[in-house]
Amino acid sequence: MSATLPVVASLFGSIPEPMVQWVVWPTIKFVIAFAIIMGIVAFTTLVERRVLGFMQARLGPNRVGPQGILQFVADPIKLLLKEDIVPAGAQKAAYFIAPMLPIIPAFLVFCLIPFGPPPTFAITDVNVGLLLILALTSTGVYGIILGGWASNNKFSLLGGLRSAAQMVSYEVPFGLSIVGVLMLSGSLSLVEIVHRQELGVWNVLPQLVGCFIFLVAMTAEVNRAPFDLPEAESELVAGFHTEYSGMKFAFFFLAEYASMLVNACLIVILFFGGWTLAIAGKGLTTETMQTMGWLGLSLGFLIFAAKVAFFMILYIWFRGTFPRYRFDQLMELGWKWMIPLALVNIVVTGIVILLVRNGGA
Amino acid sequence: MSTPTRFSSMPYTGPAPTNRSPYIPKGVDAIDKRGEEIEAKIAAPYVTSVPGQDLPTFIVEREKIVEVLRKLKEDTELRFELPVDLFGVDYPRRPEGRFDVVYQLYSFKNNERVRLVVHTDEDKAVPSSLPVFQGFDWFEREAWDMYGIKFDGHYNLRRILTHEMFQGHALRKDYDPAQRWLLTEKDVAKIVPVVEHHPEDSDFEQVTLNLGPSHPATHGTLRIVVTLDGERIIGADTEIGYLHRCFEKMSETHTYQQVIPFTDRLNYCSAIINNVGYCMAVEKLLGIEAPPRAQYIRLVLSEFMRIADHLVCIATNVLDMGALTNFWYLFQPREEIYQLVEACCGARLLPTYTRVGGLSVDAPANFLDMAKTLVKKLPKHIDDAEKLLLRNRIFLQRVEGVGAITRESAINHGYTGPCLRATGVAYDVRKAHPYMGYETYDFDIPVAEGGDTLARTLVRLEEMRQSLRILRQAIDRGLPAGPVIVDDPYVALPPKEKVYNEMESLIYHFKLIMHGIQPPVGETYFQVEGGNGELGFHLVSDGSKNPYRVRVRPPCFAVYQAFRKMIVGQTIADAIATLGSLNIIAGELDR
Repeated sequence: MSATLPVVASLFGSIPEPMVQWVVWPTIKFVIAFAIIMGIVAFTTLVERRVLGFMQARLGPNRVGPQGILQFVADPIKLLLKEDIVPAGAQKAAYFIAPMLPIIPAFLVFCLIPFGPPPTFAITDVNVGLLLILALTSTGVYGIILGGWASNNKFSLLGGLRSAAQMVSYEVPFGLSIVGVLMLSGSLSLVEIVHRQELGVWNVLPQLVGCFIFLVAMTAEVNRAPFDLPEAESELVAGFHTEYSGMKFAFFFLAEYASMLVNACLIVILFFGGWTLAIAGKGLTTETMQTMGWLGLSLGFLIFAAKVAFFMILYIWFRGTFPRYRFDQLMELGWKWMIPLALVNIVVTGIVILLVRNGGA
Repeated sequence: MSTPTRFSSMPYTGPAPTNRSPYIPKGVDAIDKRGEEIEAKIAAPYVTSVPGQDLPTFIVEREKIVEVLRKLKEDTELRFELPVDLFGVDYPRRPEGRFDVVYQLYSFKNNERVRLVVHTDEDKAVPSSLPVFQGFDWFEREAWDMYGIKFDGHYNLRRILTHEMFQGHALRKDYDPAQRWLLTEKDVAKIVPVVEHHPEDSDFEQVTLNLGPSHPATHGTLRIVVTLDGERIIGADTEIGYLHRCFEKMSETHTYQQVIPFTDRLNYCSAIINNVGYCMAVEKLLGIEAPPRAQYIRLVLSEFMRIADHLVCIATNVLDMGALTNFWYLFQPREEIYQLVEACCGARLLPTYTRVGGLSVDAPANFLDMAKTLVKKLPKHIDDAEKLLLRNRIFLQRVEGVGAITRESAINHGYTGPCLRATGVAYDVRKAHPYMGYETYDFDIPVAEGGDTLARTLVRLEEMRQSLRILRQAIDRGLPAGPVIVDDPYVALPPKEKVYNEMESLIYHFKLIMHGIQPPVGETYFQVEGGNGELGFHLVSDGSKNPYRVRVRPPCFAVYQAFRKMIVGQTIADAIATLGSLNIIAGELDR
């Protein structure tokens, strides 16, 4: 990358080359990415309200700035200025820590996700990237459980419990649905998975069932409608964040939207060819983009962004369409349908791979 | 330009004011005859029939009331199965006891009603009728709360509409309304639901959870206390009265006309139906009838209001289940219905459009066109909503078999309206006791089986279509010509230009404003089909300008008392779905 930006790179002249490659550049990229993601996440809240408004034959926020476009700035300002209320019976320490727990892994995961053609748009390329992502995202539930318990409120506690059960249950099909993809690509590196897809076809075709399970599980994983039981407004008031106000509430909120973004990125990378638009090595592959220089790299990023945007809108679309599941129905769906289906998918994928390999041999 | 209303320059030549003459109901001979027949059937010395009432009425000895109720219910030819109403009336210093406890029953078999009156006193307890009619549970509590009438054998005779720190009984004539009673947080009743069956093998501790009175799903002010085993409800209790506005007490100090705005606030989702019900009750007492044009507009708006009521009910019900979009889709047509109401009288939610004897103002010239456009638009909205719901598997899973009540239990609890029809009983006041000319319209009573949340939703969806059917026929008939209020200066105000230019009219105006409508002495009951069921008004007149007693028979009250039994064994989410589908409106529940 020092070749692409020689001027900037020369600033680090005194620093040893490995240091630049493994520490300095990733840090710079992460800070930039973090700022952008923060903006995107905040902006998503506005998009959600406007899109939902459109779906529901109403306007949505349109007062702050042209078409309400500055609403996403106004909201955090409002939340920052709000009084920070701590309930009298709350477990103080846990109550303070809880909102930070989900937001840290949610943003940390972005280090591992390539947003466009590597190496420019990939902050890191870890060879067990996918495993690391799964490990990080599943820690998000601790904050929710802790927040629900520390608030000293029965609604919060119920929300926290629901969330714990739900996340644990859906973690399983979430992980299992990926196995098919891993078997096809033979790698845990996200860059490699995308590379395999541009040489063959998008994984969504051979892994249709896996993709469907992933889609459902990722919606459940981030507590979005129709799986928004932990914060089911009409039942549990606001679930685990009933007692949270101001910026603490915003942290939960940001974590949820960041997780949404992570999952949307993941499904694009795993099943929809990432930043490429290519079949069997023809079309806009990573290689073509890299040879096109900056233009090609930006194009790759835009393709990726467009695909992610589609899935973000899909989340909102779900919310505008479905009523909420009941808790026992949700568990039933998870354990009785999704997990067996995911297991069958793995077995079938394995058999097909064996047959093809033997047939080819 | 509205049609000019009545009052020629000639003085009024109709009958003199009926002040303090007794009330003679229409068809009183037939009613008395039927009363004698029923009395002969009961054949008991402690039942005396009272002639000259608008319903077959009997005075029953206090100790024997349960026996009589049971006889009326179980007699194979009478079958008075539906407990309609129970309330008190206070006559201080009356020798035979200061209180009347009035019972009203309805028979599906013969489509008739009967009224029982028990005389009692402060220190004499009336046997509780719960063994026969569970539906009198809250009604007895209310009579205790408001009058201090004791009911022997009631399992939970405590205050229901007022709070624990309230002293005295508010509806007694000698209660001083200027008193103030403070309720602080430490005095609030601690409600612990009765757990009848806690599974032995449960892994969970029992948790008592308080839903409301401020809770997003209660749409106002209901309090539900549930005991949970995990997510499952093993015991539940309800507490009401948070929106008690002393409707009945206030009515006694206002003139008949001044009560109309209070009725708006009963079921505020379909306020015009309440207006109509109250005004028609007073008209029944006065022996007058609103002109055809007024009746027509009342009917059209009532049906639109029914649609609006059902729209709100379904919309908020699905909103509670997390389906946001349906809510907005269904509120759009409601908005347009309110525009029609606004065009008529300038107000939307609380219109106070009717007057005793007619309407406050004539409908606008384009009333029919507006109604026609609306009737054309509405089916699409209803179809859209139906598709969004009934083709959605998640919705169906959430409502099928949830919050079910059996037909017998529903009748025994005094259910009316869509909630009763969802159990398969085709009872609708518009068919059973037609008013405003409903008998001349062709429509069906939709029923569903199962009595669950799905059945209630289906009944409401179909009822909206039937209302549209009535509206289409009404629009085809066209708006009748003529005035919108009766030609009776003792009931209706003369038009302003006459008041300014004519002595007679000025005097009538003055008399009516200062002394109000003075109906004859007597009591009457009139019922209409409200959004939630039978909405009845029982009026007692002593011939003065203020009603002696206004009793509202709120359909929600009867429906909601069974709620705590309906949700035991289900999850919180089911309880919320059930609550929404019952369409409990706190304004009507707590009055």
